[in-house]
Amino acid sequence: MSGPTLLDSLFQRSLEDLIKGLRLYVGDESTFISKSLDEIRREIKSTDPQTKSIALQKLTYLHSIHGVDMSWASFHAIELSSSHSLNFKRIAYLAASLSFDPSTTDVILLLTNQLRKDLQSPNSHEVSLALNALYFIATPDLARDLTPEVFILLNSNKGSTRKKAIALILRLFELYPDSVRVCFKRLVENLENSDPGIVSAVVGVFCELARNEAKSYLPLAPEFYKILVESRNNWLLIKVLKIFVELAPLEPRLGKRLVEPICDHLKRTGAKSLAFECVRTIVTSFSEYEFAVRLAVEKIKEFLNDDDPNLKYLGLQALTIVAPKHLWAVMENKDFVIRSLSDADANIKLEALQLVLAMVSEDNVMDICKVLINYALKSDPEFCNEILGCILLACSRNVYEIIVDFDWYVSLLGEMTRIPHCQKGEEIEKQLVDIGMRVKDARPQLVRVGRDLLIDPALFGNPFVHRILSAAAWVSGEYVRFSKNPSELVEALLQPRTSLLPSSIKAVYIQSAFKVLTFYVHHYISTKGVITSASQGVEDLMHGRVQENPQFVRTGPVADSDTDDGGLNPMMLHRPVRDVSVESFEDMSVAHEWLSSTSSKVEPITEESIVSILNFVETTLGPLSGSHDVEILERSRNVLGLVELIREELLGYLVKREEDNDKGQRKTHEMIKLIAEAFSEELGPVSASSQERVPVPEGMVLNQNLADLDAICGDLGLHIPTSFSFGRSISSGKDDVTMSDLQSKEEVESTESTSLLAEHRKRHGLYYLQSQKKEMVYDDYPPANDLKTGNNADDEADDLVKLTEQSLFPKKKANQAKPRPVVVKLDDGDGPFIPAKKVESKDDLISGAVRDVLLGDEATTSSSRTKKSDKSSSKRRQKDKLDIDKSSVLKEDSKALENSELENAILRRSKRHSRGKEKKHRSTAKDRDEHEEGDKQKVSHNHGKHKSRQRADVALTLAAQSPVIPDFLL
Amino acid sequence: MIKAVMVINTLGKPRLSKFYEFQPAEKQQELIRHVYAVLSSRPDNVSNFIRSLGTVFGPDTRLVYKHYATLYFVFLFDNSENELAMLDLIQVFVETLDKCFKSVCELDVVFNYSKMHTILDEIILGGQVLETDSVEVMRAVEEISKLESTTSAGTMINKSIPSWWAR
Repeated sequence: MSGPTLLDSLFQRSLEDLIKGLRLYVGDESTFISKSLDEIRREIKSTDPQTKSIALQKLTYLHSIHGVDMSWASFHAIELSSSHSLNFKRIAYLAASLSFDPSTTDVILLLTNQLRKDLQSPNSHEVSLALNALYFIATPDLARDLTPEVFILLNSNKGSTRKKAIALILRLFELYPDSVRVCFKRLVENLENSDPGIVSAVVGVFCELARNEAKSYLPLAPEFYKILVESRNNWLLIKVLKIFVELAPLEPRLGKRLVEPICDHLKRTGAKSLAFECVRTIVTSFSEYEFAVRLAVEKIKEFLNDDDPNLKYLGLQALTIVAPKHLWAVMENKDFVIRSLSDADANIKLEALQLVLAMVSEDNVMDICKVLINYALKSDPEFCNEILGCILLACSRNVYEIIVDFDWYVSLLGEMTRIPHCQKGEEIEKQLVDIGMRVKDARPQLVRVGRDLLIDPALFGNPFVHRILSAAAWVSGEYVRFSKNPSELVEALLQPRTSLLPSSIKAVYIQSAFKVLTFYVHHYISTKGVITSASQGVEDLMHGRVQENPQFVRTGPVADSDTDDGGLNPMMLHRPVRDVSVESFEDMSVAHEWLSSTSSKVEPITEESIVSILNFVETTLGPLSGSHDVEILERSRNVLGLVELIREELLGYLVKREEDNDKGQRKTHEMIKLIAEAFSEELGPVSASSQERVPVPEGMVLNQNLADLDAICGDLGLHIPTSFSFGRSISSGKDDVTMSDLQSKEEVESTESTSLLAEHRKRHGLYYLQSQKKEMVYDDYPPANDLKTGNNADDEADDLVKLTEQSLFPKKKANQAKPRPVVVKLDDGDGPFIPAKKVESKDDLISGAVRDVLLGDEATTSSSRTKKSDKSSSKRRQKDKLDIDKSSVLKEDSKALENSELENAILRRSKRHSRGKEKKHRSTAKDRDEHEEGDKQKVSHNHGKHKSRQRADVALTLAAQSPVIPDFLL
Repeated sequence: MIKAVMVINTLGKPRLSKFYEFQPAEKQQELIRHVYAVLSSRPDNVSNFIRSLGTVFGPDTRLVYKHYATLYFVFLFDNSENELAMLDLIQVFVETLDKCFKSVCELDVVFNYSKMHTILDEIILGGQVLETDSVEVMRAVEEISKLESTTSAGTMINKSIPSWWAR
């Protein structure tokens, strides 16, 4: 591309032409823009500042409005900034401020001298252009080099210039914390200025500073107090209040003095902004002053009843702040809050929702939730989920602190699932499982709700509730003993529509089906065992009797076989265990005693029902045994194995009906019993920190080098195929079942198949433990101990059980469970500190400097430090002189010298402090440069006006001496 | 502090944007689009604040906007500013524009891009509100215009837009 021709310059399109062209252009804007860009690229190279400036102006426009890249034109903007015309300068600085990226635009440093010149310009508009541009493009280097100029401007006679310099100071402090030492005093002096605009600017700066690190500004509290009492400028007062909000927590005595004037302002002012700020200040920082809070709440009421939605919204917001400490304030406005839930404004609705939940307590939680669910049903998806989320959060707070009736809450969770917009699956899932583990009494209801969810085909359509279905499946498997109709559960769990579920959830379904089936069969066998051991005659007799009079059964004697049922729920099992007829099989889903109807007398029929279930399971799971998903494959094979086993047993029973004590059969019984017992083992919640509390087993070195893990893993990798072929080649149901048996509990030791498996387990211990873990710590509860899994698994499992028993055993009253609340509190405590830490380094630098300056006024530095730094600073001055001599510049601006003396005085006190900090803050690689340039700056500062030439010389000399100097640097 | 000032028309076209923390051009466009999407979904006669802006801006960033004819005036700021005061500031800004352009309309904003920046810079520097008196702002802006016209001729900002042009 060549430079612009004369013709180009003559007929150059102005910005206005460009805009008009853009507006008129029909078709793709980007073609027009790229055409214009070509023009601009040509024009911008022009030597004529007029042409150049227009090109730059157009480019800036395209950049800012149409997002065109203009980083390539940085240098042109710098070039143009040296123009004498204010217009060109303005265009150049605007381009710079809108497009320069301080972290990547490397030509910014070329602007240093031009900016310095403009900052010293007699034309206040030039100065303000430079100040404005400096804000946008300032780099640490630029900030350091130009601090002296800005420092001078802090005393400018022209109010507007001084204000701008003050506003810019904030940026300088941020980028170059040592500038605090130079400028801070003069900044504070400006607080006394008679021009409220200037004071306002200073207060604005302090407001920002105090937000990051309030402590350093406590000494200035009297000045701010004076403003608070005397000023009538709303902007100023708002900012002062903001500062006091930061200061108040640090100095409790402040409150007493402040409350009065703040209340005065609140009573007096007609400005809503100031009134709101007063209210907010009172409710956030002075909520212990009852009369002030009363006054604030009065004002809030006024806001709430205003027609302006903004005031309503802010009023609600203020109520939210006041709620935790003064709930009465919310209660007083209860009606308004509830009404606001149906406001047209989403902001107001959200705030109202927060407030409603703030009012929730043990007594009203049911009513409030009912109201909210009704709102949720009516509102748009977004707000609906907002409501659901809030309910879930409020109810689960502090381990379900406010929930008394868990049956109700569990039903509520079920209800939520059916809300069409519900997207809170994950949270509901978590709570369902959590309640199952923590609250024993809620389990029957959980199973009921779980069943209802499982058999509802409509729920499969909403992918957000799949997670809830997973929880429902798990709950029904885990607590199947409370179920009225296990066979129905099996059908629900294996219904064809489960293919719509993601495989991980499907795996849960299958595993639950496994548990239910085990329970079902075990129950059948154990009751049958009782019967067969009893006299045949009685059986027959009862059969006849029962058919006629079911009532008899209810009152009949309790079967005595339940003692060895271990974890099975005695409540259910102690019920009369014989019954009735086939018809009841259908009817009983309603009746309460279905379970007791599943055995003994109705043998042939029950057997049929079992056979039909087995057939059903086989047909549905058969295809899955070839699934590509390992979880599904494994679990479905487990179930199929069990089915196989039971079939054998049933067959055996039919054939040798009379020989009760057949050994093989007994063994099968035994195994099924063991599986069932294993499944009925209680699962407790596991705290996130439980892993730490598991004692390290002897002989286990946790810090051991894990290099040989490779070898082990390699070994495992080799064995994987064998382990699969093992299962397949034998493919007898027995093995599969015992495998799953082991998976959950290793108690089978006598039987021969177990010995085989024990061996297998030895070799592939990892696999077994993994699946065991899955069993033990379902879902969101982290594994208790990963490291030890390979080793002494039995011990570990025992340890874990003990541990959960000791610390977290599910409690009836859930709020007694300690660990959760502790964790929550920890989280809360950590939360706010994280951002503070992030900015620490920089704020530390600033506030460190501020403290030095402020304390410096009181001259409270230790003598040794003063001595040392005195020495060094005198040395430094000599050095400076030396440099000056060398560079043969002897003229000195006396005023500038004065300034530097003042600076030195401040510096002396804080030097060492800051050096340490600086080192910490900056990378060592950069350190040396820093020193050199720091010196440059120092010297140039001393010699006010004769910079450009002198600076180069000085830089040279200092570069050579830099190893000696560092001690005396800032 | 104030984090950004935007003027967007009701069709989502940006008319002015100023970010007080550096943002690359693409990011700026994205932010403007995001803000517009939020604003355009809000009905009239509701509150002028938006608190949850998602993760695009900082966590405590709030937004105040005001809808004038075909334009949204948007101020983004953090919690060291008062919401109602920001609303007032929008008012000040628009009043100043009104004085500068003699009853301002969208076209004035479109064609006086540079002047808009000059006005804004007089009110806000580095995210700090410095001047809230529209008369003062006007005076400064006019002074600058005068100075510019004496130092260089021919680049005066031209306010005269043919009436047929308005659409």
